[in-house]
Amino acid sequence: MHELAVTENILSIANQAAEENHATKVTDIYLVIGQFSSIVDDSVQFFWDCISQGTLSEGATLHFERRPAVLRCRSCGEEYQLGEYLQPCPKCRSVDVFIDGGEELLVQHIDILKEEP
Amino acid sequence: MTQRVEIVKRIMDSNDRLAQNNRSVLDQHQVFGINIMASPGAGKTSVILETIKRLPAEIKLGVIEGDTAPVTIDADKIVAAGMPAVQINTGGDCHLDANMIEMALAELPLDQLDLVIVENVGNLICPAAFQLGTHANVLIASVPEGDDKPYKYPNIYRGLDVLIINKIDLTPYLDFRMDYFQQGVEMLNPGLKTFALSAKTGEGFDAWIEWLTQKVNAK
Repeated sequence: MHELAVTENILSIANQAAEENHATKVTDIYLVIGQFSSIVDDSVQFFWDCISQGTLSEGATLHFERRPAVLRCRSCGEEYQLGEYLQPCPKCRSVDVFIDGGEELLVQHIDILKEEP
Repeated sequence: MTQRVEIVKRIMDSNDRLAQNNRSVLDQHQVFGINIMASPGAGKTSVILETIKRLPAEIKLGVIEGDTAPVTIDADKIVAAGMPAVQINTGGDCHLDANMIEMALAELPLDQLDLVIVENVGNLICPAAFQLGTHANVLIASVPEGDDKPYKYPNIYRGLDVLIINKIDLTPYLDFRMDYFQQGVEMLNPGLKTFALSAKTGEGFDAWIEWLTQKVNAK
């Protein structure tokens, strides 16, 4: 349960970017969450509703883009996604695999409202 | 008017920057730091106490103890072994972070130390997300936990520098398949430095102590 720390960081990144861009409000926040990061969306959302109150990001919608961890078999070239459980290559049973992606934990972009100039 | 602002910033960036500072502080004092992670009951404190006992006497070390509650059982054991210990009570948090380590380092006599051992909170999920600034991430897995742990908790194995397999004296009594366990580790972290040992019998400790002593002396 490290979602509170993660959510606090998301809030601070979003509010800082909003201030730098003279926003009056943040409407949407786009997150990229890799499969290895063990983050529960509902839990982030719960903390978000609590801690974003009274800030520029209050009421902003969180969008979670999940990035899978892809395993590439070095023996036969098969590509497969990491499931609930780490598995050898489903095609040739080799355990000589390369793991690509799944480590991401990013704020990709935010949508903000600004006063008409 | 709506505007999209590109950010592409790592969510853990603020922690990782503090971790970098911690690394610099350790480097300035020529102190080698290790972060010991494990599930509760894997034998973190026992391995640390046995390590203190077996390290060459000239190596001076301090211990940072992470616990979720204000109990000083582990820290008391370290102090009883004659080493300075700082207790961090995380107030229910399931992991240590770089900020807590920064405060704990300030309480240790780093000028007089060669090694700092951080005992993280017992947990296989959350500590993996928080870099502390130590030089090596070490996981203690223990044989009674079962041989499926790399398959169920892949993330923590990905970021490791060293794996200790503890309680190997119990292997004859358990269905722990060492080859199956190590196959999962190899998939996640090829070539990971691994020491199989027992804090109870002392078996296998020599190789671990030799590795650690080399790292400390190289600082």
